[in-house]
Amino acid sequence: MSRVVHRFTRTVPEWRPRVTPVDLAEATPEQREALKITPSNTKVSDYVLVLAHDPETLSVRSPLFNAIMYDSGGMSRAEREIGAIGASIVNRCIYCAAVHASRHAQLAKDTAVTDELFARGEKAALPPREQAIFDFSVKLSQTPPAVTEADAACLREAGLSEAEIVDLILSTALFGWANRLMHVLGDPVRNDD
Amino acid sequence: MAEAAGSDSSLWQGALAGIAARTRGNIVAMSRKAEEAVTAPHDPGAFPARWRLAVAARIANLNGLADIAGHYLAGVSDPALRALAEPSAAGRDDRERAVLAFMDKVAAETRAVAAEDIEGLKAAGVADADIVRLCELNAFMSYQARVFAGLAILQGESA
Repeated sequence: MSRVVHRFTRTVPEWRPRVTPVDLAEATPEQREALKITPSNTKVSDYVLVLAHDPETLSVRSPLFNAIMYDSGGMSRAEREIGAIGASIVNRCIYCAAVHASRHAQLAKDTAVTDELFARGEKAALPPREQAIFDFSVKLSQTPPAVTEADAACLREAGLSEAEIVDLILSTALFGWANRLMHVLGDPVRNDD
Repeated sequence: MAEAAGSDSSLWQGALAGIAARTRGNIVAMSRKAEEAVTAPHDPGAFPARWRLAVAARIANLNGLADIAGHYLAGVSDPALRALAEPSAAGRDDRERAVLAFMDKVAAETRAVAAEDIEGLKAAGVADADIVRLCELNAFMSYQARVFAGLAILQGESA
């Protein structure tokens, strides 16, 4: 039996799709290309197999995702994860929050920040720089987005460069995208056995 | 690419995108390709390009971004489709009403989306592949709205 996970956690759950994933045996050439199926790479997650229903978008989204989260320069990878977590808390995407909180904990070698984020959500109290980054990501993730020039001033005051602010906007916005796939198309589940 | 949403006047070529392009030109270029994939795909499934543009405008409106809504609506001439850009428009038949209610909830009340919302789409006759297409359109527009809302507040300092 498996049960749906409703609380934020750094322990990454399973993901159970709400629509039928593409059957790899019946995938079209375009889907196989988007899935990057090669003889040595035939293991694909249900999540990616669900997204393969729209191969054109999947094939442009994957490199875009990697560039925003991992390209060198600008904001540190750990701080980009805070942008991702801020969006995921606003949108209550338990799965994305788990993946990116565990990644933040590894990169920053620290669990205090993500413990506080999961304990107090949007009201979390963090060190000044992390606080400015998180607060901005929460405001940008509202619908409509609730950021003003005063919020940009707060980020500069906390020591962020323009390039870092651009990266924070991009990582937060990217999770406005990712959350609307992961949280909408499936459930985070834990197997009891 | 067929009838892209303004290949010559992409939002990703404008002044706001230029702020991001100074450090992340590759990301701006990839975002533009993603916009084409959701608004003018080779295989649009059950949702043709003009309908997608109207719904893209609707999501921009839900995000308070009238300029972006106007950009997408410029590619739509049919008044019945243009009307769908207004979040108050419920849709023209049962299936479209179910689809638009779903799109509004995913765009604006994401955290409240639950399994029954997907079941509702299936009951309205929307195929699994089309559900994924709807989510990608919605999710991309939500990304784009936040990129431009964020860059807009940097504009004064770095213009």
